Parts: sequence; C-alpha cells; structure tokens
Amino acid sequence: MSSGHSGVHVSPLSTYLSIFAALMVLSAITVGAAFVNLGAFNPIVALAIAGVKATLVILFFMHVKYSSRLTKLTVVLSLFFVAILFAETLMDYATRGWLNYTPMGQ
Amino acid sequence: METPVYPAHNYLTNGHGLKSWLLTKDHKRIAILYLISISAFFFLGGLFAVGIRLELTTPQGDLFQPDTYNKFFTLHGVIMVFFFLIPSVPAVLGNFLIPPMIGAKDLAFPRINLLSWYIYVVGGIFTLFAIVAGGVDTGWTFYTPYSAASSSTNVVPTALGVFISGFSSILTGLNFIVTIHRMRAPGLHWFKLPLFVWAHYATSLIQVLGTPVVAITIVMVFAERAFGFGIFDPQRGGDPVLFQHLFWFYSHPAVYIMILPALGVISEIVSTFSRKRIFGYSFVAFSSLAIAVFGFIVWAHHMFVAGITVYAAMVFSFLSFSVAIPSAVKVFNWSATLHRGSLSFEAPMLYVYGFFGLFLIGGLTGLFLATLGTDIHLHDTYFVVAHFHYIMVGGAIMGYLGGVHFWWPKMIGRMYSEFWSRISAILVFVGFNLTFFPQFVLGYMGMPRRYHMYPDEFQVLNVLSSGGAAVLGLGYLLPVIYLLYSLKYGEVAGNNPWGASGLEWRTQSPPLTENFLEVPTDIPEAYEYTPKVVREAKLV
Amino acid sequence: MSNGYAHAEGAPSMHGHDHAHHPALQHHFSTMSQQREAGVLGMWVFLLTEVLFFGGLFITYTLYRMWYYEAFALASKSIEIVPGLINTVVLIGSSLTMALSVRSAQTNQRKATVNWLIATIILGSVFLGIKVYEYALKFEHHHVPGATFDFFGHAEASGEGHEAPAEGVTMGRDQIQRTTQIFFSLYFVMTGLHALHMIVGIVILFIIAWMAHKGRFDSEYHAPVEMTGLYWHFVDIVWIFLFPLLYLVERH
Repeated sequence: MSSGHSGVHVSPLSTYLSIFAALMVLSAITVGAAFVNLGAFNPIVALAIAGVKATLVILFFMHVKYSSRLTKLTVVLSLFFVAILFAETLMDYATRGWLNYTPMGQ
Repeated sequence: METPVYPAHNYLTNGHGLKSWLLTKDHKRIAILYLISISAFFFLGGLFAVGIRLELTTPQGDLFQPDTYNKFFTLHGVIMVFFFLIPSVPAVLGNFLIPPMIGAKDLAFPRINLLSWYIYVVGGIFTLFAIVAGGVDTGWTFYTPYSAASSSTNVVPTALGVFISGFSSILTGLNFIVTIHRMRAPGLHWFKLPLFVWAHYATSLIQVLGTPVVAITIVMVFAERAFGFGIFDPQRGGDPVLFQHLFWFYSHPAVYIMILPALGVISEIVSTFSRKRIFGYSFVAFSSLAIAVFGFIVWAHHMFVAGITVYAAMVFSFLSFSVAIPSAVKVFNWSATLHRGSLSFEAPMLYVYGFFGLFLIGGLTGLFLATLGTDIHLHDTYFVVAHFHYIMVGGAIMGYLGGVHFWWPKMIGRMYSEFWSRISAILVFVGFNLTFFPQFVLGYMGMPRRYHMYPDEFQVLNVLSSGGAAVLGLGYLLPVIYLLYSLKYGEVAGNNPWGASGLEWRTQSPPLTENFLEVPTDIPEAYEYTPKVVREAKLV
Repeated sequence: MSNGYAHAEGAPSMHGHDHAHHPALQHHFSTMSQQREAGVLGMWVFLLTEVLFFGGLFITYTLYRMWYYEAFALASKSIEIVPGLINTVVLIGSSLTMALSVRSAQTNQRKATVNWLIATIILGSVFLGIKVYEYALKFEHHHVPGATFDFFGHAEASGEGHEAPAEGVTMGRDQIQRTTQIFFSLYFVMTGLHALHMIVGIVILFIIAWMAHKGRFDSEYHAPVEMTGLYWHFVDIVWIFLFPLLYLVERH
C-alpha cells in the first residue's frame, strides 16, 4: 500500500455516470411496475428493485466493492441483525392466526 | 524490593483546574469523569431502593402513596439501568484500560469519547429534571399503551433522557470497536489480547446494534405522546406488543451490555490471582461474541404472557437456553483456571469469589424463567426481580467493584486499606444474598412485583430482605470512604502491585497521558505466568 | 524509572515511516493510513447503527401494512406521486455529485471538490423544499395524525368523497380513519427522520465545503469528504426504500 495516496481506489468517471444512469432506469421501472397489477408480486418487485438500487449505491458510490473485508463484513452484519429483528418479530405475528387469535383491527 | 515512588508526571498532574478536566481528550480523565458521574447516579438510584425496601418492611403500604411507590421503583430502575449499569464497566474501566491494554496512546476518537460523556450528562439532566418535576411511574420498561396514552407523569423527559444517553452508549461502543480494530500495537494480534478487551469488543457490538432500535422505539412513543400519532395505542389501531418486541430487542441484549464487560473483568482478576493463564483462552474469547449474538435472538422470553403466540414462545424459549452454553463455558473455564492455581484472597479476588456464587444462582434461575410453563407461574413475581438482581447486581456490580479494586492502584497510583476493602467485599456478598434470596422464595410463593402492599404472611421474608439491603448499602458505602481516603493517604502502589502480566501494568501508575513512554514491541501472550515471569515480578 | 513527560510529536512512529508528518495527522495515530482507516471504519460502524435505527421503523411499517393493507393502499394513493418521483431523481442525483466530489478530492482537484459539494448541497435543499411542499399539502388535507386528522376531509371538501370508501374496501369509515392514521403516523416519522438526517447532512456538507475551499484536503488526506459521502449515500439508500413503500402501495 502506498502511503502517499493511502492506497485508495479511484473509480473512473464513467463508472459513476453509468451507475447513476442505472439508478435512474431502475427508478422508472419501479414506478412503472407499480401501475401494473402483479398481485402479490407488486411489493416484492418494488423491494427487489430497491434492493438492487441500494446494492449499486453501496458497491460503487460507497466503494464497498473496493473496500476491506472488514467494511464488507460491517455491511453484512447490519443486514443480518435487521433480518433477525424482522424474522423473529414476524415469527410471532405470522403465527397469530394459528390458535384462532384475532389480530386487532380485523 | 525498592519502595515505589509516586510519579510526579502522570495524567492526573498533566493540567490542573476544572477546565483541564472538562475539556480533556485523555481517555483516562474521561474515565474518571464517568466514574464520578455514574457513582452519583448509583447512589441516587440506591436512594430510591432504600425507599422501596422501607415501604416493604410492613405489609400495609403505610409509608408512601401507591403512586409515589410506583415512581420510586420506576426511577430506581431507570437510573440504575441506563445511568449506572450500562455505562459502568465500559465507560469507566474500559475507557481507562483498553488503550494501555492494546498499547495505544488513546482511543481512536478522543473527541467523540468526551462528547459521549457530555451526552450522558445531558441525558442524565433530563432524567433529573423528570424527578424534580414530579417523577415518572411507568416502570423502567415504559410499556405502552400506559406510557404512550395514559400515564400523566413525566414520561417525555425521562424517555428523552434515556434516548439521549443511548447515544452516549453507541458512541462509546463505536469508539471501542474502531480502537480495538485499528489501534493495537504492532505485533499484538487478536489472540494475544486480554479477555477484557474481547469482552468489550462483544459489548460494543451490542451497543451499536441494539441501542438504535430502542432509540427509534422511544421516538415513536414520543411522537405518540407529543403529537398524538397512533403507533402503539390499541385505541388508535396500534399494537402494544410490538412496542415490547422492539423494546426487548434492545433491552434483552442490554443485559449483556451490563454483564459481558464484568465477565471480562473476572477473567483478568481470576488469571492474576491464580497465577495462571486462563484455561481455554480462545473458548472464553469466542464465548463473549457468542453471548453477544445469542443475546439478540432470545428477547421474547420477556413476553411469554404478553400475548405472543405459543409457537413463537416455544422457539424463543428454546433459543433462550442457548445463552446458557457460552455463559457456562466461561464459568467452567474460570473454575478450571482456579484449579491448582496459587490462589490468594485480596479484595478484588474476594469480589470475584462472590461473583461466582451470585452469577451461578442468577444464571441458573434464568433457566427457570426461560422454561415456558414455569415462567407462566413466575412471571412478574419477585422471583424475576431476584433473578435479574442476581445477574445485574450480583454479577455486573460485583465485577465492576472487583475491577475498580483491581485497577485502582493503576488508576490512582495508591493502595486502599486492605482490611476495609475485604470487609466491604464480604458485606456486599452477605448483604446481597440476604436481600435477594428471600425474594426468590417470595416470588415462588406468588408475591407480584411492583406492589407496595402484600399479604401479612410475606412479612418475615420482606423484613429479611430489607435488613439485607441495609447491610448491602453499608457494603457499598465503605469503598467510597476508603477509596477517597486512599487518594491522599494511601500507600504508593507502584507499577504492578499484583504482579499481573497485562500490558497496562507495564506502564507507571498512574500512567502518563500518552500511556507509554515507548510502545512495547515485545508483547508476550496474554496471561503469561510462567515461573520465570512470576519470579521476576517477585510474587513468591 | 524516568518519568519525563513525553510529547507524542517527539516519539518515534510505531510503523517506522520516516517521512515528515502530514499536518492533519492526529497525535495518537502513527500514520495517515491508520488514521484514515480508523475514521472510515468508525463511519461504517455508525451507519450500522443507522441501519438498525431505521430497521425498527421498517418492521413497524411491515407489521401494520400486513394488518391494515387496505388502509395503507388507500392512504398511499392519496399521496401525489410526482413530487416523490422528482425527489427520488434529485436525491440520487445528489448522490452522484457527492461521489464525484469524493473522486475530485482523491485526485487532488480542489476546485472541483468544492463545486461538487455545493451541487450536492443545492440538490439536497431542493429535496427538502419539495418535502416542505408535500408536508404543506398534508396539513391542508388534514392528513397529519392527531386531533385534526380526517382522512376524508380533503375529499369531502372538494365534493368528491361521498361514496368513499372506495370500491372493494371492506372496512368501515371509522376503521379507515383509525388505520390510515397509522399509515400517516409512520409516513411522518419515516420521512421526518429522513429529512432530519438530510438537514444534518447539509450542515456537514457546508462545513466540509468550507474546509475544502480552504485547501484542507489533498489526495492523502480527504477522509472527512469520504465519510460525509458515506453518510450522504446512506441517506439516499433510505429514501430508495421509503419511496416505493410510502408512495407506491397498490397504484394499479
């Protein structure tokens, strides 16, 4: 690692511009897809596109693609713990109906 | 042996006057600031405990109004949990010791370290304001809908105080994580680190991962109270159980924020006073991380009777048992370390022996509460109160006090009274058991927590408990006296009074502002107590 | 032993780099790269806490969307899509300008760094301006939770709400009132906290732009620009999720 430039990866301008273009296209697709009836797939498509967009931002704008394993691990760790929060909370709510519970408001 | 000289140049003499303390960026001075402020909160929280125990000496509930009693146990909980236990070991001992233990000059972000103390103080002021303004009566758990919709007490300032002090905790954790990753002396790799550092690393993970969730939960409660938003209030379609999920997602791991660093302290003391390397070092190291991770997947065992489904409850119950594994790994490894060690009975070690007994009882009764059927009987009784006091007071505070006694000569450079410190360790242990063991029985017999009256047949046990609390209080007051006394009149301790092997003992006591004149490069394995090392430290 | 107080500046560097110290090197670090790596890791750990912070909101949203899907669809449809879409474009654009500013700092282009930072500030402010407009609409429509909340207020005032609730909706009117209020509570908490993060970000951007203008950064030392960038991109990512979740529920 050269200490002069801290070993930082400098992405070419074209990378940033093409990622920006991809994000714009994906945003358009999100809005377009929302107006098409895909049934249960509407939210899934919306979140999948959002996930792809977030991944592009993380990898290229935030340089995680070129970062240390520790940085990558930090990103994964945060998602892992959010996943625990979701999975275990929903484990309760998803099984609410099984014993003839009536969730409030329905 | 040459007589130790009190060093003229150290972090305490580098700068004088209040300003040099309030604007310091030295992790050691910030640790002292924390020590002073959390001690103040500890005795304030203790004052409310005195009120609770006084009220409970008679069954009639004749000392306070019921509302006043509610405020007393709430404030006792809020202050002890958020303003004493959570900062205790990390903010004082961790702050002081992590840099010298890893051969660093300071934490990675000294200014953020000072900022986190100020944030803590601001959070504390909000809570003090809530007390002065008339108190708060929701219990430290702020359960909705009572906290969000019904309670007419000072929920908002208290919750804001907790919210703000949460950021102090996050910043401390963040600072430790970065410091441990990036500031280690050359050649000091992870498996040479003291287990104290491993424990703080695991704790810091919990602080940065868990605290934001309780922060957002408090924001939502705040929005509900202040702006009339409906998120947790069933009358407005919200779900109070969701609050409990979010609250315990933080507050269960928060128990490990309190206990894990204390476990790290225990490892240091056990090794030093048995003159042995910790048995199964890497198992103890990884068990800290395992406790941190497992701590996040078991939270709903606080909610077995709150309306979660029996299916979720079964999973949470099963997972809760898993935390017992890494905890037991630690206890077994410490026991194996003690085995055939050359043991001694100085005050820090007395606290550790006490810790073993209390942590064992606290841990095992936790298994009762993780068991679904048993918990339905014991839930919200004094059995629960006794259990978590055995962990958080018996475990965490014994570890904290043991650590303070162990590192006091390093922090201040002077020794406290050996006699009185042993007396206080014994008083704390006896007083603690006398206070809380009867509560297991009371809870098992069905006495619910958080009531100021009870049936006459519970009085004997309650009087025992209150009497024990008096002994315990004395045990907590004694160190204040002899530690303060030692500041000026204590014998000069020398650099390494215990003959410990850690890196922090290689610098002078009290340390220089930069910790080391020159960062040691020949760092041995952690807990080197080979005969040669022991002989050279003149221990035998 | 000698107890002389050692100043860090005089102490030998741990890593044995003998070149002169960069003026921005803080005393407790040995090298610039150690300092930079510590800063960047610190920022990532901070973002980790931010993910969990918003994670608590997203699970709350998920639960109530499961329970009150119809209300969420109704309420979401009452939000104008165009300002949200414009804001999406604006914010992603600001992420681009931020990334370019970091790149300019890496390549030692001081002027460009400052200009891209200013562009980011402008775009961020445009976003907030549009947000203010959207909030004003909510107030006008009585869609702000609290005592004045009335989901049907706007529709009835404009004379088109008499057959509400719309077709296919099984909930009664009171039920809709209650449950759409939860949607709007979450809408305001989520977008409000997001906007708060943006305001903080803009303040930081101003400071960083000033420092860049003063020539404080170069190719060796620009960690503050980099860290501000990470924060700004994170705020952008939150919006990437908020937009479909709040604006695009059952638009078909």
